[in-house]
Amino acid sequence: MRNAFARVLTELAKDDQRLLLFYADIGNRLFNPLKEFASDRTVNAGIAEANMASMAAGSAMMGHKPFIYTITPFTTARNFEQIKIDIAYQNQPVIIVGTGSGLSYANLGPTHHSFEDIALMRSLPNMNIVCPADAQELEILMPQLIELNQPCYFRIGKKNEPSVHDAEPALKFGQAHTMVAGEKVTILATGTIMPLAQALHYELSAKGINAELVSFHTVKPLDEDYLTSASARFDHIVTLEEHNVNGGFGSAVLEYVSDHTAAVRVHRFGIPDFFIDQVHSPEDARIKAGLTVSNILNKLVHRGLL
Amino acid sequence: MNLETIAAKMRHTLCDVSSQTKTPHLGSCLSCVDILATLYWRVLNIDPSMPNASDRDYFLLGKGHAASALYTALAYRGFFDIQALYEHGQTGSQFEEHPGINAPAGVETVSGSLGHALSLAAGMALSTKLQQKENRFYVLMGDGELNEGTVWEAAMFAAGKKLDNLVAIVDFNKLQGTGKSCDIMHLEPLEEKWRAFGWHTIRINGHDLNSLQNAFEQAKQYSQPVCIVADTIKGKGVSFMENDNNWHYRIPKADEVDMAKKELGL
Repeated sequence: MRNAFARVLTELAKDDQRLLLFYADIGNRLFNPLKEFASDRTVNAGIAEANMASMAAGSAMMGHKPFIYTITPFTTARNFEQIKIDIAYQNQPVIIVGTGSGLSYANLGPTHHSFEDIALMRSLPNMNIVCPADAQELEILMPQLIELNQPCYFRIGKKNEPSVHDAEPALKFGQAHTMVAGEKVTILATGTIMPLAQALHYELSAKGINAELVSFHTVKPLDEDYLTSASARFDHIVTLEEHNVNGGFGSAVLEYVSDHTAAVRVHRFGIPDFFIDQVHSPEDARIKAGLTVSNILNKLVHRGLL
Repeated sequence: MNLETIAAKMRHTLCDVSSQTKTPHLGSCLSCVDILATLYWRVLNIDPSMPNASDRDYFLLGKGHAASALYTALAYRGFFDIQALYEHGQTGSQFEEHPGINAPAGVETVSGSLGHALSLAAGMALSTKLQQKENRFYVLMGDGELNEGTVWEAAMFAAGKKLDNLVAIVDFNKLQGTGKSCDIMHLEPLEEKWRAFGWHTIRINGHDLNSLQNAFEQAKQYSQPVCIVADTIKGKGVSFMENDNNWHYRIPKADEVDMAKKELGL
């Protein structure tokens, strides 16, 4: 997905002189095509993410549309207070790009994991949050975020994420995208965990449950229309994310549903409330976190959904 | 009105506003009055009737707790009515104890959390250079503020990019919230420290208006960012406040404001 980000940015920056990239000394050759015609707008801010966030806000005040880019924990948690005051409070159109989010860098340990970033960003007024599921979703949503001209957190993966759509989806910022319509149960997934949601959907179908499957790429603002409708149409909402179950996408859904209706149960699946270490790969880490189809099915059986 | 008189009037207003509105940080405000007076009357390309002019120079207050000093400078410079300063810190006021997004035109950025302004200004200065514009950026920081790591991140970046449209001023009054700044952190040799970070550095008496004006003029001559280390006195201008760190938080009583006024020759 990071390649798609660099490709889309390079394309858009050709015609839009306002686009400006700050990156915190990562990416190696990723941004070389951008540098070829916009070296002055491809700014290595050094390994100084807090300064990078404030600088981006400053550049936005002068008319640029900046991106800040590095591995997720360093562009969300390390510099959180700069994001809070300089980007969110001062309402500057900076797009914060967290690459390798969730478990993308599972083998690099908790320093490189990000299971708290959605929770942090959700807590900031003025902030928008978008988590594309694959490169195609990124390509469709990224121009919309630039157009939005507001603070935005763009939570992306690393590389080789499987494509999740058969045809080009009509994605719109702020609107949940129904991939498969269904009944009784709806599975809402945000970001790179979508293939697991698809596998879960497949298994439920095999058990005779025609669930709905939704790409919930925009976590903030939450698509309240969809959730209001879902509360009426379904008995169960299942949420999936590569993020701590506390404070993330599932929590946002639960909070909305709880505040507005009690008629539907919300089942949240994500990273349990512990640090994940001593793992070799994202797959390995997902097993440790219980993010497998069989584990999720077991829990749903235990909760009486099946 | 000469600049000395303007500075004296600003100091009295600061004492009176602090007393009447019960807002603190008077010592921090008094130490940077001469710096602000020099900037707003002798240095900055600004027009109070067009506070958002695109070609203006930008002043960013790093030490946001000295908001009252900034508001006072802006009021005396004609951005808004001096009487409005007495709304400082009151419910619904534009003049919050730390500048917020509702501050009047003339206040360029939010402040209050230390160590943000130099980074913001570095981003602004970089953008301005990319756009081939001539705006200049001035950032006032306290010596306590230099404890923040982001200041040094921004310092390295600005020097690396040769942001010669950026000037930092350190209000070096030797005191921070709870003690002597040079005891709490290893600040000195401050001039050499900034020089080592790639900045041209000028050290002056931060209460000498001529030295201040000369330093700001000189700062335009270099092809790198410039740091003016201004030696100042916390509480400057009121004998019983000078170098007494209680005035970081203390609020003057009415008779103390009167005494201050006399000392200021007003």
